[in-house]
Amino acid sequence: MSAFTPDEMMTIAAARALSNDDVCFVGIGAPSAACNVARLTHAPDITLIYESGTIGTAPDVLPLSIGDGELCETAVTTVSVPEMFRYWLMGGRISVGFLGVAQLDRFGNINTTVIGDYARPATRLPGGGGAPEIATSCRRVFITMKQSTRGMVETIDFFTSFGHGEGGDHRRRIGIATEGPALLVTDLAIWMPDPRTREFTVVSLHPGATVEQVRETCGWEAKFAPDLAQTPPPTALELKTLRDLHARTKAAHAGPAGRKGA
Amino acid sequence: MAKFLPLADAVAAHLRDGDTAAFEGFTHLIPHAAAHEAIRQGRRDLTLVRMTPDVVYDQMIGMGMARKAVFSYAGNPGVGLLRRFRDAVENGWPHPLDLEEHSHSAMAQAYEAGASGLPCAIFRGYKGAELARVNANIKSVRCPFSGEELAAVPALRPDVAFIHAQKADRKGNVLIEGIIGVQKEAVLAAKRAVVTVEEVVDDLAAHPNACVLPTWTIAAISVVPGGAHPSYTHGYYIRDNAAYLEWDRIAAGRETFLEWMKANVLAASPADFAHRVAPLRTSR
Repeated sequence: MSAFTPDEMMTIAAARALSNDDVCFVGIGAPSAACNVARLTHAPDITLIYESGTIGTAPDVLPLSIGDGELCETAVTTVSVPEMFRYWLMGGRISVGFLGVAQLDRFGNINTTVIGDYARPATRLPGGGGAPEIATSCRRVFITMKQSTRGMVETIDFFTSFGHGEGGDHRRRIGIATEGPALLVTDLAIWMPDPRTREFTVVSLHPGATVEQVRETCGWEAKFAPDLAQTPPPTALELKTLRDLHARTKAAHAGPAGRKGA
Repeated sequence: MAKFLPLADAVAAHLRDGDTAAFEGFTHLIPHAAAHEAIRQGRRDLTLVRMTPDVVYDQMIGMGMARKAVFSYAGNPGVGLLRRFRDAVENGWPHPLDLEEHSHSAMAQAYEAGASGLPCAIFRGYKGAELARVNANIKSVRCPFSGEELAAVPALRPDVAFIHAQKADRKGNVLIEGIIGVQKEAVLAAKRAVVTVEEVVDDLAAHPNACVLPTWTIAAISVVPGGAHPSYTHGYYIRDNAAYLEWDRIAAGRETFLEWMKANVLAASPADFAHRVAPLRTSR
């Protein structure tokens, strides 16, 4: 077993949370790597959906954008974007929405819109894209991000996508029927919402990570489950699958010379 | 019936100062050549509509053509933020930009409502989302049957839509294949539509259920091989991912941006796109 990085552990731990029966709406970046590692290891029949309209896609390399040609070429079918959001997302066909975030709070509320005030932002971020409705229409939401006090904050600057709001039954109270954020996988730990308060709570530490490290890199006062587990380290197969995927992706995105012929 | 025109003539005929214009394409088939022609013609005061304003809207905003952007995700896909868009929003350079910001679901359905001739789109969305606080065009309605509260946004009805497609036949019927995005809806929602295509063929050889826009839905067609670059055209050439990565460096500074635009857009022509995609072509 070779050594592994916290990033690799994060992606692999996130991949393990997906099952063969899932229909997963894949966000770009870290979620995309995790979803494809799941497909290439324990969940070969998982349905991966990207918001560009590709349903049941099986890319050989990770897409740089959510609309790369590879996604369409390997998909079961490709539908228009209005159809994607109406029939497939709003229609309730998606079991897991897997999102990356810029800013997150303890209740899984997500900001990808602005840092600072909306009208006079310190940093204008890309915005929500599909996320506001992914967060409320998928049965469950998984989130993956590297821990930092800039990213995991006491109060997010903008509610791009609603998680558990102020906690408890806030989703139900504003008429959202789906479960919402059910899992947070970081480079240090696995977090799950407390069954009552819905606050993200550390349930498993990755190998080598400490309670102190989790506290230092989290902007709110992190809570820990009493029966804190340790995340099993990556298997040789998981690690090889992830590294091969990254190597193929790097070669493909380097430029025409690095690409395979189509 | 669609008129076949050189791109400069098509843009001159159909894009005017002050227009609401949609240059659509969802990562795939982005009409870069048409947008570059609009930049060369110096159109001003535009309301630019697009779900995913990426590099090409970064260029148009940086060149001072836009008064307002209607959008749902303003990023360089897979790379990061849009630096010219940010400079306009954060610093008002080259001048301030009004924003009407939506989610993808809302934008897609607003185009669909426009194509359907409806005044608004109604859908389950924006629950708990703060965009409803900062965008006066996000409202809610109650379903008269179930009582459920639903989101409502006005239909999108651009003055003009620009899209890129694989091919047209000699009558001007257009075939779009691959990731088709919202192009059909954008064309049918717009008052006028201009399409750039890779080639003109005798027979589209389209499957009965293919995405075909009949010639009478299109105002003008221009043949521009490579016209989507650095985006891609499925079946013709692949996405120039390196160019998207490179854009991040070019757009980082106002000087480097303006120099690049001068050399690669202002002093260039639609014919240059064919050379740009030459190393990216797929075997057919």
